[in-house]
Amino acid sequence: MGVGSFFTSKLDEAIGWARKYSIFQYPFVTACCGMEYMAAACSHYDVDRFGAGLPRFSPRQADVLFVVGTISHKMAPVLKRIYDQMTEPKWVVAFGVCTCTGGFYDNYATVQGIDTIIPVDVYIPGCPPRPESVLDGLMKLQDKIALQTQRF
Amino acid sequence: MRGDGLLQRLRDRFGAAIVDTHEFRGDTTAVVDRAALVDALRFCRDEPALACDMLTDLTAADYLKFPGREDGPRFEVVYHLYSLAHHHRLRLKVRVDEDDAVVPTAVPLWPIANWLEREVWDMFGVRFEGHPDPRRLLMYEQFVGHALRKDYPINRRQPLIGPTT
Repeated sequence: MGVGSFFTSKLDEAIGWARKYSIFQYPFVTACCGMEYMAAACSHYDVDRFGAGLPRFSPRQADVLFVVGTISHKMAPVLKRIYDQMTEPKWVVAFGVCTCTGGFYDNYATVQGIDTIIPVDVYIPGCPPRPESVLDGLMKLQDKIALQTQRF
Repeated sequence: MRGDGLLQRLRDRFGAAIVDTHEFRGDTTAVVDRAALVDALRFCRDEPALACDMLTDLTAADYLKFPGREDGPRFEVVYHLYSLAHHHRLRLKVRVDEDDAVVPTAVPLWPIANWLEREVWDMFGVRFEGHPDPRRLLMYEQFVGHALRKDYPINRRQPLIGPTT
C-alpha cells in the first residue's frame, strides 16, 4: 500500500465516522407507520445516540430519506422529486413493509416497493416495525455509511 | 318515526316511483326510480316528519355477476341519510344500467355530495348530471378506467413513474 492510498483510506474512515453520526433525516411520512416512527424517533428510544435526533423538514438539508408508510402511484412522482432535491451524499431507508414491497396493498393504487422508483439502502420490514428493528436498521445504515468509499 | 313509518311516508308521496322497500334490523331502505330521485331526496330532507338533514354517505355498488342479479341493472348508487332532529337513518338507492350510468346530482341539496359524487365517478364510472366539478377525486387524471368496477382487472397497474408490472 502506497503512502497516498494510506492517507485516502484513513481520510475515508475519518469522514465515514463523522458522517455516520450526523444523520439528518427527512421523514417522508404518509401512513400509519408514521406513528411508530414518531415513537421510535422520540426520547424513549433516543435516536440521538446515533446522531439521528434532528429531522430536517427540507430535503436540501437532509442526508437520509426516511420513507415511512404506503406510497401510492399518485404520490410516487412527489417522492421521486423529494429524492432528487436532496444533495449528495444521500441515503434512503424504506421504513415498514409497504415501502419495502407494497405490503398487503397489492392493488391498483399502491407502489409495489419504493425501490421501483428510487434506490434504497436499508429496508426495515414490519407492519409497523418495532422500535428495536428501527434502531437495528439505523445501525446497519451507520455501518454502510462508515464503510463506503466517501465522495466529497 | 320508526323505519316502516318512514317508508310509508315515502310510498304515500311517491307511489310507484318507490320501486322497492325493505327493512332489516333497523336498516331502512327504499329503492327509488331515477326520475324521482332528486324529489325523493329533497322530500327526505325538507319534510318535517323525516328531516333527514344530513347526508352521511353517498356510494355505489357494482352488481356485475352478482348471484341472482345478473340480468338487472348493473350499478346501485346508495344515499345514506340521517336526521339530526329525530335520530333516525334512511337509505335511498337508485339503480342504473351500465350503458346509461347517469344519476342526477345531489350537490344542490347537500354540498358534501360534491366530493362523494366525484369519488363514485372515479371508482365506479357513474356520471352525475349537473355536477359542478365532475373530475376524479382519488386517482390521478391519467388513470384509465374505474378501479372498483368488478371487471377492472385485479392486477392491472397504471403507475405514473416506474415499471408497469
